[in-house]
Amino acid sequence: MSVDPATVKKIARLARIRVDEAELPALADEVNGILHFVEQLQSVDVEGVAPLTSVVHRSLPLRDDVVTDGGSAETLLANAPDRIECFFTVPKVVE
Amino acid sequence: MSNPNLIQGATGEWEMVIGLEVHAQVTSNAKLFSGAATTFGAEPNSQVSTVDAGFPGMLPVINRYCVEQAVRTGLGLKAKINLTSVFDRKNYFYADLPNGYQISQYKDPIVGEGRLILDMKDGSTREIGITRLHLEQDAGKSMHDQHPNLTFVDLNRAGVALMEIVSEPDMRSAEEAALYLTKLRTVLRYLGTCDGNMEEGSMRADVNVSVRRPGAEFGTRCEIKNVNSIRFVRAAIEYEARRQIDILEDGGKIDQETRLFDSGKGVTRSMRSKEDAHDYRYFPDPDLLPLVLDAEWVAEIEKGLPELPDEKKARLVADYGIKPYDASVLVAEREPADFFEAVAKGRDPKLAASWIMGDYFAMLNRLGKSVTDSPVSAKALGELIDLIADDTISGRIAKEVFEAMVETGKAPGAIVEEKGLRQVTDTGAIEAAIDEVLARNADKVAEYRSGKDKLFGFFVGQVMKATQGKANPAAVNEILKGKLSP
Repeated sequence: MSVDPATVKKIARLARIRVDEAELPALADEVNGILHFVEQLQSVDVEGVAPLTSVVHRSLPLRDDVVTDGGSAETLLANAPDRIECFFTVPKVVE
Repeated sequence: MSNPNLIQGATGEWEMVIGLEVHAQVTSNAKLFSGAATTFGAEPNSQVSTVDAGFPGMLPVINRYCVEQAVRTGLGLKAKINLTSVFDRKNYFYADLPNGYQISQYKDPIVGEGRLILDMKDGSTREIGITRLHLEQDAGKSMHDQHPNLTFVDLNRAGVALMEIVSEPDMRSAEEAALYLTKLRTVLRYLGTCDGNMEEGSMRADVNVSVRRPGAEFGTRCEIKNVNSIRFVRAAIEYEARRQIDILEDGGKIDQETRLFDSGKGVTRSMRSKEDAHDYRYFPDPDLLPLVLDAEWVAEIEKGLPELPDEKKARLVADYGIKPYDASVLVAEREPADFFEAVAKGRDPKLAASWIMGDYFAMLNRLGKSVTDSPVSAKALGELIDLIADDTISGRIAKEVFEAMVETGKAPGAIVEEKGLRQVTDTGAIEAAIDEVLARNADKVAEYRSGKDKLFGFFVGQVMKATQGKANPAAVNEILKGKLSP
């Protein structure tokens, strides 16, 4: 599998990363390098081996259904670039 | 047999194919991955933890009760519970999604295939397949109408647990889609896993619609996002199917796209900004290990399930002999079904059903009340039915007593005594009243005897009037017949 500069451009756009047209071919080469490495990994026979989800042997911790947080709008909004009263505000995004 | 669901186009018949993705908010105190509260209508940003606001370094910890609620819902939908499920990141950018991704489940959802039974108007049933149910986070709320060039963001809803319940494309009309939503809401309410309140956004539907020639392959579908009432779902489907048929009949083709229902205009329109919407670049969330459930815990949850609407309906039909459709109306919510049983126990169940579905429901509608805050209790309605059954009052007088019960809250027995409504069953008194009526209307008696038997009703009416409606109607009929026969 390999990607062309147009695909790299699309991925960058989806990830909201600005990339100059001129950089695209070089980036495509880099991404293809990674994909090539993964392709080599694919050749390993893993038949019957369960996917490794974590290197620590433990299960997902679960929490009780009790309210332990919240009530701190001022703290949350303290670093917000823009606010009105207790709302975050952003340039209008409307459908 | 002609299929009533088919739509007549200019070039022949078309069939709708509909599938629904319902987002149901899990009833819980705290959010899916944080300890912030979920109460509706709180002050903006007052129920937000640093996890929900996407602060750097914050880690999600899953709420056990939300998992239990999802399992309970799966069991209620007779679905397969997956003992291992995985949380993934669904990546997209929007102002009310602080992390830039929603934690959801993609390849391995917590619940697999199940089913939902629809109760059709004619008393028959229809089964709709459930593809899956998965747990995910809700996003925050954006408000676009507060300022000329700013959007306001409130993150109180961000991180609240949702169940996305996906149906198979098994529905063939807007009516069936409406029945599906209604029934799903009923099941969720019985289970106590979602309050089903569409006005508060606790239940929202994405509607997938396509059209095809009857029996042909599925056509290309469009997805109508975030429809928030059953009425709008119906309207959106009707509009969208017609739009697609018009395009196809003009020789065009349908673009698979995301559309929005404009409830003001009653139309759907394309959401151009969602062109890349399906490119979510899912990957397993590295902050969360797979969710592994203990089979014993699942069995325990199953043991605790309440009697569900389908079982309750079957039991009401079997035990009380009422009609399947009546039973499905009664079980649409838990309270009316319980109310019916309280009234029907030890009484004539058909009489109980007809009173509850007739005068009693009409009264609730009129007063805008529900069974829980009704002015007439099950005990009081039962007593009224007892008074009819033992001939203390007639069915007609019972309606008058019922109105007085609604107004005064008094017991039916007390009202009957107070107003002197006790039915006259003393045949002597009834005979006397009849004799008097016949004597006063000798001309009509002659007409009746000469063959104008429609006048019988007139005599009954006169006798009932003379006795202020208190004469036992059966006795009146019988005695009157005897006296009028030549």
